[in-house]
Amino acid sequence: MNLYDFIFYFFAALTIVSAFFVVTTKNIIYAAFNLLLTFFGVAGIYVLLGADFLAIVQLIIYVGGILILMLFGVMLTNKITNVQIKTEASFVIPASIGVGLFAGVLIAILLKTEWRNSPADIPISTLVPIGKLLMEEWAFVFILLGVLLLIALIGAASIARKE
Amino acid sequence: MMEVGLQHFLVVSAILFSLGIFGVVTRKNAVMVLMGIELILNAANINFIAFAKYGNFGFDGQLIALFVIVLAAAEAAIALAIVLNIYKNFATVNVDEINKLKE
Repeated sequence: MNLYDFIFYFFAALTIVSAFFVVTTKNIIYAAFNLLLTFFGVAGIYVLLGADFLAIVQLIIYVGGILILMLFGVMLTNKITNVQIKTEASFVIPASIGVGLFAGVLIAILLKTEWRNSPADIPISTLVPIGKLLMEEWAFVFILLGVLLLIALIGAASIARKE
Repeated sequence: MMEVGLQHFLVVSAILFSLGIFGVVTRKNAVMVLMGIELILNAANINFIAFAKYGNFGFDGQLIALFVIVLAAAEAAIALAIVLNIYKNFATVNVDEINKLKE
């Protein structure tokens, strides 16, 4: 077992264990901080797959942005003074059975299938090729996403503000 | 243990996806449902990047993962605005108690 495998198993375990706590813990704040570990583990997996730029983006946007947004959501929608930060779960047993079956079938299919396997040699830094693709082939999608993000943020602000 | 390959990444992503679905299905708090959705999106992203590397498809997979992250950010902003509004109107964010479109 070389170093790459060891690091992969470390990040995979980190991701899955913390994701498990996210969906099972009763306290929303604990779930949010476990989500931080999950995002961190996924960023590590991106690095192992040779996507360094995406790993940085993941850290900046998910950990720095979305998670803070979620914590604000928790803060603004719970009565902090009354210790109401617990959340309940419903249909746990049927959901476990259904999701377990689904995961089993999915993993069995993934392991049985003969995937095309010709690993690309990823360059040291993916920044330059990604930048070129964004500005050339995917320029239209890039601009469209900018507009979409603007609309989404204006919409979010106008939905959330007081009349 | 065998050498880490495409299938290892796919299995991690499948487990993450299932956990996300479990969270969406069982949690009552709307913010927790959103966290489940983020897990699902992350699982999809791992798949995109893994196939981009092992299938030798160039960088398109990574770009689509980037777009998914942007969409996740937009989705989180809108969804939390809606959750705040629901809290203002119903004084709860438990999705099973909100069963009226209008008070």
